[in-house]
Amino acid sequence: MRIFASLRIAGRALRRNKMRSLLTMLGIIIGVGAVIGSVSLTTGATKQVEDQVASLGENVITVFSGNFTSGAMRGGWGSAPTLTVADALAIAQLPHVLAVSPEVRDRAQILANGLNWNTQVMGESPDYPQILNRSIASGAMFSDQDVRSLAKSAVIGKTVADQLFPGENPLGQILRIRNIPFQIVGVLTPKGFNLFGQDQDDIVVVPYTSHMHRITTRTFVSDILAEASSDKTINQAQNEITDLLSARHRSKEPDFTVRNQADLMERVSAASRTMGFLLAGVAAVSLVVGGIGIMNIMLVSVTERTREIGIRMAVGARAADILVQFLIEAVTLSVIGGSIGIVGGVSFSKIVAGLKDMPTVTPVTWIAIAFISSAIIGIISGFYPAWKASKLDPIDALRYE
Amino acid sequence: MQTNPVIKLADIHKVYHTGEVDVHAVRGISLEVFPGEFAALMGASGSGKSTLMNMIGALDRPTGGNYLLDGIDVSTLDRDALADVRNEKIGFVFQGFNLLSRTSALENVEMPMLYHRHRIQSHEQRERALHALDLVGLGDRADHHPNQLSGGQQQRVAIARALVNQPSLLLADEPTGNLDSQTSIEIMGVFQKLNDQGITIVMVTHELDVARFTKRRVILRDGKIVTDEPVQNRSFGEKELQQLRAAQQAVKLAS
Repeated sequence: MRIFASLRIAGRALRRNKMRSLLTMLGIIIGVGAVIGSVSLTTGATKQVEDQVASLGENVITVFSGNFTSGAMRGGWGSAPTLTVADALAIAQLPHVLAVSPEVRDRAQILANGLNWNTQVMGESPDYPQILNRSIASGAMFSDQDVRSLAKSAVIGKTVADQLFPGENPLGQILRIRNIPFQIVGVLTPKGFNLFGQDQDDIVVVPYTSHMHRITTRTFVSDILAEASSDKTINQAQNEITDLLSARHRSKEPDFTVRNQADLMERVSAASRTMGFLLAGVAAVSLVVGGIGIMNIMLVSVTERTREIGIRMAVGARAADILVQFLIEAVTLSVIGGSIGIVGGVSFSKIVAGLKDMPTVTPVTWIAIAFISSAIIGIISGFYPAWKASKLDPIDALRYE
Repeated sequence: MQTNPVIKLADIHKVYHTGEVDVHAVRGISLEVFPGEFAALMGASGSGKSTLMNMIGALDRPTGGNYLLDGIDVSTLDRDALADVRNEKIGFVFQGFNLLSRTSALENVEMPMLYHRHRIQSHEQRERALHALDLVGLGDRADHHPNQLSGGQQQRVAIARALVNQPSLLLADEPTGNLDSQTSIEIMGVFQKLNDQGITIVMVTHELDVARFTKRRVILRDGKIVTDEPVQNRSFGEKELQQLRAAQQAVKLAS
């Protein structure tokens, strides 16, 4: 028997009981719709997080100073002053390192324009914007010359600019940090909050030399930012840095830690993998429930149409023809249900995206998975009823009332 | 007759193994039906005529004996081969019409062609189905659904469906059982017309009046043939219908 004829027979049988077909499909529709909808939302959210991680700077390696131990008290990572500017300059010479910035952090009350504001004052090298993927909105970054000359130049974030110079152009204006005047040479392009909820625009960046010699009197840096030459060499660069610092510090136990952006990315994608497994579980359960609904209705349908089966067998339908007819009917139900579910799930996620201002992404693979698994569910749940129909005895079937 | 028989039953037995007692429904029937014959199988209920009909129709297999249908030994075929035999060699007409509801007359007639071993193009299916409907006088009702047709018209659609694959044998199981007397005469007239065109027909009936339209009467009792003789004083559809009309006019039942 031709597939086209079978499809026509199946279509007619399903149209005959529109309400019942719709209710049967509902299980699959809801199951597939829920899966596609939640996959779209979580994929969108995951992508948003990944974008944020990437926006922290690609290929960034951070070196934290070591654990400060005083008697029995251990201060934890970053508490001991072990990293120096010389370490940073040595790291800059490594083959797979593109840029380096020794970082010095301090919170300070700053004054300008008759206003004051408490903010993070960072000592950095001119490579800072490049490493962290930031750009200068107006003005320019301070230069290597400024670093050498301990220049009193500062680059400020958008938040600081808004707080101290509302409605004014901050470029060229004077800013007082611990009563030392710095001239504003640039304003960073706004970047918003980072993954941990910190305002990345609430900062003042000055040359690290100026920071260490003018604002604070530190001889050690808080940490060192480095950028690997590419995402492929990031682990190599990390190893080089570890080896270099171990050699330089001649310590038995490492008095520093090196972390890279890939680690963070790894953790984020591990979280989304877990979410993916969870969704796959929900999908499997809902599709099984939908499949049971289809099997149930197909069994009813086979019983109802026993006489039709008898007639078809009497005029020469083989068992396989009957099997295929009912299988196609079940698969048609589940595939139409699955397709409606896919459309519904995508629209649902788009509506939520519109209302909640959340990005949604529907991966094509999930659409394919949803479509194929609804077809498979149709075959599995339709097989037993179809097989039962095909095994009917034509004489009994014809006599069935 | 010198030609090969359409049906050749040789010492056919059928035993049903139901429960502890074996039911011997058919006990050694031998029968030959030649092309162009029009035979009536008669018998009371339990005489084995339905069982015999099922075996002739390749719906069931005998437990003993041989059955040659158009030269093919049907008694040894498997389920699929039996289905093919039913499709190509036999046309069925049932008492309850057995049309698919909500399916047009044309599509009902096309159905056997869907299961044909050789693919039949859809335009050819349509042509052949329309031709078969013309043969039974329903060419203008092709798009009607069974519930829009009278009982006699539904039975004509069933006959068209039985004819569409050009079978060697037309099998009718109480074809007039659900019809009133006038429509019964009309349907028998259709069968006679088809038989005149050379189609072999075997019919099961328990009404002697209906059997009088056939050419040969085979009577069964207790699973055996007790009478097998040509029909005397045959009725003819046209004539009977005229007589019925005259009688109806006499009592002003019809104008």
